[in-house]
Amino acid sequence: MPLLSTHNLTAFYGDFQALYGIDLGFDAGETIAIIGANGAGKSTFLKAIAGLIPSRPDSVLLDGQPIGAKRAADIVKLGIALVPEGRRLFPSLTVEENLLIGGHGRKLPGPWTLDRVYGLFPVLKERRASAAPILSGGQQQMAAIGRALMSNPRVLLCDEISLGLAPIVIADIYAALPQIKTEGTSVVLVEQDIVQAMKAADRVYCFQEGRVSLEGRPGELSRDQIHRAYFG
Amino acid sequence: MTGLLDAIIQGILLGGLYALFATGLSLMFGVMRLVNLAHGDLIVLAAFVILAVTEKLGVDPFAAVVLAAPILFAIGFGLQHLLLNRTLGRDLLPPLLVTFGLSIIIQNGLLQMFSADSRRLRSGAIETASVSLGGDIAVGVVPLLTLASAIAVIVALNFIFYRTSIGRAFRATSDDLDVAQLMGIDVNRTFATAMGIAFVVIAIAALYLGLRANFDPTIGPARLLYAFEAVIIGGLGSFWGTLAGGIILGLAQTVGAHIDPEWQILSGHLAFLVVLVLRPRGLFPRAVD
Repeated sequence: MPLLSTHNLTAFYGDFQALYGIDLGFDAGETIAIIGANGAGKSTFLKAIAGLIPSRPDSVLLDGQPIGAKRAADIVKLGIALVPEGRRLFPSLTVEENLLIGGHGRKLPGPWTLDRVYGLFPVLKERRASAAPILSGGQQQMAAIGRALMSNPRVLLCDEISLGLAPIVIADIYAALPQIKTEGTSVVLVEQDIVQAMKAADRVYCFQEGRVSLEGRPGELSRDQIHRAYFG
Repeated sequence: MTGLLDAIIQGILLGGLYALFATGLSLMFGVMRLVNLAHGDLIVLAAFVILAVTEKLGVDPFAAVVLAAPILFAIGFGLQHLLLNRTLGRDLLPPLLVTFGLSIIIQNGLLQMFSADSRRLRSGAIETASVSLGGDIAVGVVPLLTLASAIAVIVALNFIFYRTSIGRAFRATSDDLDVAQLMGIDVNRTFATAMGIAFVVIAIAALYLGLRANFDPTIGPARLLYAFEAVIIGGLGSFWGTLAGGIILGLAQTVGAHIDPEWQILSGHLAFLVVLVLRPRGLFPRAVD
């Protein structure tokens, strides 16, 4: 049984349908990447899993249990954390407070503590007392990932973590992934940067207009296949 | 000269009362972005609750506030959880309409239960006690307690906001509602807790309202106006700013009254307008938007 799976998952913004029946699943410890053009529904998919967009109860299963209708605040307690697009740190909180609030809803002790997050991203420790908005983009992204880790997630959903960052900073952030995975955490990467995504992922899904247009292991997909799946 | 100095001291002390009126409002706006048009009426309602407790149990108003505080916390929590949370969203109009309706309901409910008579909280000798500051100037103990309480309330609120995990949740929720939920914060419960705390502040404001002057069911809207002015003068999102706003309003009123008694209320409003023209975001703004 997969750790998390979606079954004919649909999502709407008012009358606009953004997802047309997504079937996807992954096991504990697996990293998958979701690629696709702007507006393909990648972010919507993550939001639907995280509970920010309502869906049918049985369209999202965690350990075989239906969680589709649960609220975001309850889903994070089940072990699914989202690193939102654009980082969205809390501007009136310090870096350390942003990390601490990531652990707000957790009930059980787990591998991730403030010290371990500082160990993963040492620069955050130096800037622990700074207000979040004055950090550089890369530091903000590290804080956003650390904040999500503080909930001790079994599934870490990352929405465009390389967006707007310099290549060297992106490399730094991706270098942290193996450490995150040693805890058995599954990672879902939504990325515009296909090369980066293919390098990090065990499997890749390509979305096109709210549907899965391609699925496979990075080594097995040809450039041509991806191109077609991307643009149709 | 003594007269002016006296007016300044009395103004600062009066500012403590306005700051107490305003702090609850500032808290509600700061956390929930809720503009509560029933705030003044809630203060008057709390004053009547304190009055009822003192009369029924025969206790001092100060003791009555301590007894009433947990009940008012629960009422505030329930009001937010069951009613006001349903009005909050992208549209600003529903909370305005609902709190405006609440204001009318509270005023008429109080008229029905307590009649239109002016009432007062009685606390024996402390009401008229005063401390001499030398010369011809003396200050009342109740006004002094008012200002001291305002400062104590703000110190306590700052502690809650900046030193506790519920305070962290208040600030995070106020920053970004969606992401707060991603952190496992139950937004409805957080808002209800904030309203419960605001109701305790309302109870303290009501105590001094009732000790310092007469009150009747219709005076709520004017208290709301002073509270709004104090919050705006101080700048949104800062409790110390709200205290400064209250004191500026109080000072403007007493100094205006010293020049000509007819000018008391008007000069308060003029001070508010001057600040609004010179510093539209208030003197100590903290809120980002």
